[in-house]
Amino acid sequence: MTTTDAPRSPAGNPIGFGRMLRKEDARFLRGRGTYVDDVRLPGMLHGAVLRSPHAHARILGVDTSAAEAHPRVRAVVTGKLLQTLNLAWMPTLSGDVQSVLATDKVRFQGQEVAFVVAEDRYSARDALELIEVDYEPLPAVVDALGALDPDAPVIRDDLEGRTDNHIYDWEAGDRAACEDAFSRADVVVTQDILYPRVHPAPMETCGSVAHMDKVTGKLTIWTTTQAPHAHRTLYALVAGLPEHKIQVISPDIGGGFGNKVGIYPGYVCSVVGSILTGAPVKWVEDRSENLMSTSFARDYHMRGQVAATREGKILALRVDVLADHGAFNGVAQPTKFPAGFFHIFTGSYDYPAAHCKVTAVYTNKAPGGVAYACSFRITEAVYLVERMVDCLADELGMDPAELRMKNLLRPEQFPYTTPTGWVYDSGDYPRALQEAMRIAGYDRLRQEQAERRAAARRGETGPLMGIGMAFFTEGVGAGPRKHMDILGLGMADGAELRVHPTGKAQLRLSVQTQGQGHETTFAQIVSHELGIPPEDIEVIHGDTDNTPFGLGTYGSRSTPVSGAATAVAAQRVRAKARIIAAAALECSVDDLEWTLGRWQVKGDPAQGQTIADIAMAAHGSLELPEGVEGHLDASVVYNPPNLTYPFGAYICVVDVDPGTGQVTVRRFIAVDDCGPRINPMVVEGQIHGGLADGVGMALLEVMAFDRDGNHLGGSLMDYLLPTSMECPRWELGETVTPSPHHPIGAKGVGESATVGSPAAVVNAVLDAIGVRHADMPLTPAAVWRAMQGRPLRTDLALE
Amino acid sequence: MQITVNVNGNEASADVEPRLLLVHFLRDVLGLTGTHWGCDTSNCGACTVWVDGLPAKSCTMLAVMASGRRVRTVEDLADGDRLDPLQEGFMQEHGLQCGFCTPGMLMTTRWLLDHQPDPDVETIREAVSGNLCRCTGYENIIRAVRHAAGHRAEEVVS
Repeated sequence: MTTTDAPRSPAGNPIGFGRMLRKEDARFLRGRGTYVDDVRLPGMLHGAVLRSPHAHARILGVDTSAAEAHPRVRAVVTGKLLQTLNLAWMPTLSGDVQSVLATDKVRFQGQEVAFVVAEDRYSARDALELIEVDYEPLPAVVDALGALDPDAPVIRDDLEGRTDNHIYDWEAGDRAACEDAFSRADVVVTQDILYPRVHPAPMETCGSVAHMDKVTGKLTIWTTTQAPHAHRTLYALVAGLPEHKIQVISPDIGGGFGNKVGIYPGYVCSVVGSILTGAPVKWVEDRSENLMSTSFARDYHMRGQVAATREGKILALRVDVLADHGAFNGVAQPTKFPAGFFHIFTGSYDYPAAHCKVTAVYTNKAPGGVAYACSFRITEAVYLVERMVDCLADELGMDPAELRMKNLLRPEQFPYTTPTGWVYDSGDYPRALQEAMRIAGYDRLRQEQAERRAAARRGETGPLMGIGMAFFTEGVGAGPRKHMDILGLGMADGAELRVHPTGKAQLRLSVQTQGQGHETTFAQIVSHELGIPPEDIEVIHGDTDNTPFGLGTYGSRSTPVSGAATAVAAQRVRAKARIIAAAALECSVDDLEWTLGRWQVKGDPAQGQTIADIAMAAHGSLELPEGVEGHLDASVVYNPPNLTYPFGAYICVVDVDPGTGQVTVRRFIAVDDCGPRINPMVVEGQIHGGLADGVGMALLEVMAFDRDGNHLGGSLMDYLLPTSMECPRWELGETVTPSPHHPIGAKGVGESATVGSPAAVVNAVLDAIGVRHADMPLTPAAVWRAMQGRPLRTDLALE
Repeated sequence: MQITVNVNGNEASADVEPRLLLVHFLRDVLGLTGTHWGCDTSNCGACTVWVDGLPAKSCTMLAVMASGRRVRTVEDLADGDRLDPLQEGFMQEHGLQCGFCTPGMLMTTRWLLDHQPDPDVETIREAVSGNLCRCTGYENIIRAVRHAAGHRAEEVVS
């Protein structure tokens, strides 16, 4: 179904699936995109946020008089002012509350304390300096491992009756079955593994332009959101504004990666600023604000245990997690899943028993946790299981590829129900792993490694070569309404397709591209179903007044959910077109058969009607059968029956300088199976980006803190993102296993590579240096220390 | 301060604060929003423009420093409807996704090709190492530059 032989449109594009250049490129290449900071409105004012320098402090007073006296300042907003509007606190996506502007205490460095509205952005910043805040510093909870100590300061004393920093305990799987399996095992391996706090850091930071029109009562907000409809409803719930008077416009988005799912205090402040001044107010955060205050990712302290036979058959896996959620529980994930989809941690392997327990705590750090292409924590889960399998291979003295092959699920086991209750839809895992090993030349690589090690033993110097692999199973396309909602909003998405009288079409979507190319690929889905050239299909998104309701783009859900909605809408149009064609041809619908773009009479192909003919007839004077309405359109809300489960096998080859600990990624092989590929070019681009993320997290990225709670990664000089120099040429491969329940079999791919790649890189580095485990990021210092047997605590600077 | 900057061949005069950054002069004063701002610390390169023929990060340069000089931005690359070969290369090789880093990438690599018409892969990697991209993993950006240097698709491997 990944057709390269699809028929071509007049513009040379595939009718349906295949490589097609992107429609959105035309504006981006010319510098003609419209990102939020490009929005300029008459009389627009500029906002800036005053932030806390302390991780934990009581606010004794806020004096804004000097700022208010600044000649270009139009308004100063404080927590106290917001209290009078009942807006000082807002609900988080996890049922907690978060301070919009602090009133009682600040709880992390960078927390929002006041908001200035001025006539230009520089004056707004100047005025921040004029606000005097009287802080009484308090001891900070920085190390999550100490957050539950009896003498730890209580962070959330705003919550009634709160006497500790505990958020929740949650578990999944069968503890007793696990204990039984462990008691019978020949081998048990235990390993502490940290997935450090990292940040999605999209190139465009977060921001908004709010305009409250006092005459019409309409609030229009241009904002960096991956979920415009969810934001509209949340503004209605938070601020008590009438939902039909709120228009959320998400124009071009400069990358999201989960950073732009939630509502940040700055957005709310821009709305308040517009209400107070009567003018549009723009707020765009700077890079430090982005890194220090918006949704971080991961921060999971995990203890994994795997039980196996001497021959390498895995019997059980269990894991205890301490989850650092920061000062407010603001994770964005389906309500019934407090630890996200972490309990998919059994991964791609066949064993009967598994159990996980997650304990979440508050610390004096920014809120968040689910972001950075993590598929609701499957990233942490895959990293855990893929590290544990390598630890077991090390314990058994077995090749990691052989151990994986011995335990991978077999094709005949699908659909497969995991020990923690997930139903994987389809897969052929051994084939994907074999394909990755074939592309890599795995045996030759191991041979080269053996030769190099022999040379090193003879005293020859040179880099240490390491080979790492990871196999991942993703679960994407949240999700079935009966299981999945966010703040009570079910995770179904709408699509509306209108075929105009001349046969050109418009598709309206609830999901929101941030670079994924929806304007192209969703047109291709319609084209595939109706035969309309993709250049004749306009995809409309990112404007709540002009698109159907739905929960937006994150968790790789666009293709699995809205892609399905689009295919079903097009199929409904096709079915209606058949009735209209039959009326026009004066035959029975049963006499018609579909060929791409045309209903024709069986046995008499000359007699037929194209979609364009039918569209004109549907809008014209043709008499339609009883009960058939005119026009040619369809509206669908798609409630997915299950998640889809893409998977893949990754192999990384590294060279480590034994003198400095510097890691060079020599090769990276990625075989992905995401079902049929709508546009292979776009799919490969998605994978490339995720692989770079994996290299970044494995080798460079961490948001560490000192003992006072100072953020040590607050700029791109300190928070290191991968550049072209750290990334190798990506070597991609493919297998195709369609999802049986998705209308076009597609599974979603946006986060696969981010989920799968970190473990492959880390496994390769540890293979090179002969150390069982060391935590990410494997910077030269961390690798060097691991080689000396003194691994670093990478998330804290306590020494 | 009164400044006059030649931007894309046109003289632009304005009375600006001495502290105004060049990126804000281009975006907020002249309305040339193709040049983006991404980090404040000259790490990301989204704000890359040319000043007197050399790539410069306009977030760490004052507008007054550009007075009397020539500035070139992404808006100047295409010749009417005809794209620059690099713009064509980025489109053909899928060298952009969200598009936010793209103007800076284009200005950096245009300079590279003007000075080295057929750079090898390592040269391209080094040239764009001061421009961050979060979407593409750089592979297709390198292919795009090779494409613009006249290499056919089947030759374009990095």
